[in-house]
Amino acid sequence: MSSPANAAAMPRVAVVGMYAFLIVSALFFLAPFLVILINSVKPMADIRSGNLLTLPSEITFEPWRIAWSSACTGLDCSGIKPGLWNSILITVPAVVISVLTGALNGYALAQWRSRFADWLMLFILIGLFVPYQAMLYPTVKILSGMGIFRSYTGIIFVHVVYGLPYTTLLFRNFYVGVPDEISRAARMEGASFLRTFWSVILPISTNIIVVVAILQFTGIWNDYLLGLIFAGNDNLPMTVQLTNIVNNSRSAAEPNVNMAAALLAAIPTLIVYFVSGRYFVRGIATGAVKG
Amino acid sequence: MTRWFQRQMFRPTFTVVAFFAVIAIFFYGSIGWTFLMSLTKSSLMPRYDFVGFEKYADLMDNKRWIVSCINMVVFGALFIVGSLLLGSILAIFIDRGIRFEGVFGTIFLYPLAISLIVTGLGWRWLLDPTLGIQAMVRDMGWENFAFDWITEPDRAIYTLVIASVWRSAGLVMIIVLAGLRSVDGDLWKAIRMEKIPQWRAYVQVIFPGMRPVFASCIVLLMSEVIRGYDLIVAMTNGGPGISTEMPAKFAVDFFFSRMNLSLASAASILMLLLSLLMLAPYLYSEFRRRD
Repeated sequence: MSSPANAAAMPRVAVVGMYAFLIVSALFFLAPFLVILINSVKPMADIRSGNLLTLPSEITFEPWRIAWSSACTGLDCSGIKPGLWNSILITVPAVVISVLTGALNGYALAQWRSRFADWLMLFILIGLFVPYQAMLYPTVKILSGMGIFRSYTGIIFVHVVYGLPYTTLLFRNFYVGVPDEISRAARMEGASFLRTFWSVILPISTNIIVVVAILQFTGIWNDYLLGLIFAGNDNLPMTVQLTNIVNNSRSAAEPNVNMAAALLAAIPTLIVYFVSGRYFVRGIATGAVKG
Repeated sequence: MTRWFQRQMFRPTFTVVAFFAVIAIFFYGSIGWTFLMSLTKSSLMPRYDFVGFEKYADLMDNKRWIVSCINMVVFGALFIVGSLLLGSILAIFIDRGIRFEGVFGTIFLYPLAISLIVTGLGWRWLLDPTLGIQAMVRDMGWENFAFDWITEPDRAIYTLVIASVWRSAGLVMIIVLAGLRSVDGDLWKAIRMEKIPQWRAYVQVIFPGMRPVFASCIVLLMSEVIRGYDLIVAMTNGGPGISTEMPAKFAVDFFFSRMNLSLASAASILMLLLSLLMLAPYLYSEFRRRD
């Protein structure tokens, strides 16, 4: 063992203390999720007579049904269902385009030899940390000029462009480690840059594609601010519809419906998390240490 | 000429230039535009009659802005320290080959898959005095128990800290864990030979050797602090009163609902400057290491 003394070699008190800390932490991390889960299947009477942390007297899926199809987001009472569809229509194309543009740019940057290369990297790295607020209003103006403000095209465009520095850097860092012989061999065969990218480079990039796709899916699905501003009232994503339902005065009296709606909005990314497991973790670890 | 084009087909330059142009326009162009607006008196619509730095002076007299900045500092400090502490402790324990490592890991990391909106709502319900933890403890018999921070102007900011530590501690854990696992085994051997107590080994030897790891954690967490918007909207919406307002929300509110473009622009530019200031030491060391 090259690592520190493992649990077996520790004094008994320390082991007990360590597990106690881990279990208390686990409870802290699980609490909000369990509260939402339990109360989303609890009859309203139980909530009124008790609190959010008591178990339901009976399990009912009525709150889920209401949240799904008849909760009010203002004057409109068709539940969170339209939001799910909108979120899918926004997220899926945005992730696909993000991955492709990120991969192409990343590959180009990795191949590009120039004395400006370092400066361009700095230029992109700063782009990662620019607060959206410093770009939002001009982006609204540019998109209005292009005629795509408050449309699917507009919100997808914004997600792709705002995500470009991030996706590009992730792919670039991957392609820098790919041996140059592969590209050179393709070029010798007469393949153009785009051809090489498409037929030779993309097929060997599965790992990084999965990582970037997961990160972008989670980020775009969970986005609130950009959807609120750029999607337009008919295309609002689930996060925005969720807050509209929760803040609607009529549904304020029904916490169980609100929690069912919150869970519905969280399920897609949770599924991705549980299915992709190691990829998700690796994505966070590579994505986190940017540059 | 045609030969020039033919040659370009095999080079990444076109892609790099196109990518550069998009970033230049949407990131740096937008920032420049926002800066120009911050020098005007634009309210509802952009008007370009320049008044110098008047709006920046207005910000300093704006009580809501000052409160927002103070809140950001208090929140940021507690959030960063809290996340680093909890994340590092969890990483140390996970690194010791505990039982059910997978289960604990999954529990500590799932918040990263959940949107800040759902995070905020979950904690808002859990901390609601009439429904959540306070109600539960009172129902158990402690009638005078009070945990109503979320409705107390002096304490509400701490509830935001709790929720954001909940969401980000897992991220710190993953990054620190990666760092711990790459610590040289000989170092641990030496520590054991010297019979240095474990906790002192971490504080005095292991962690100081992982300075770059903590630096990237801090940069990441700081950028979250400056950008923080969704969580506040979902959890407290800036209240009670203006006690949990922060700059990111200030800027969005003045851009899109209070219609004071110049003031919002000035606020955004200050946010950007702060981000760059925080980032500068990190970028400097990154690029120096590369040379």
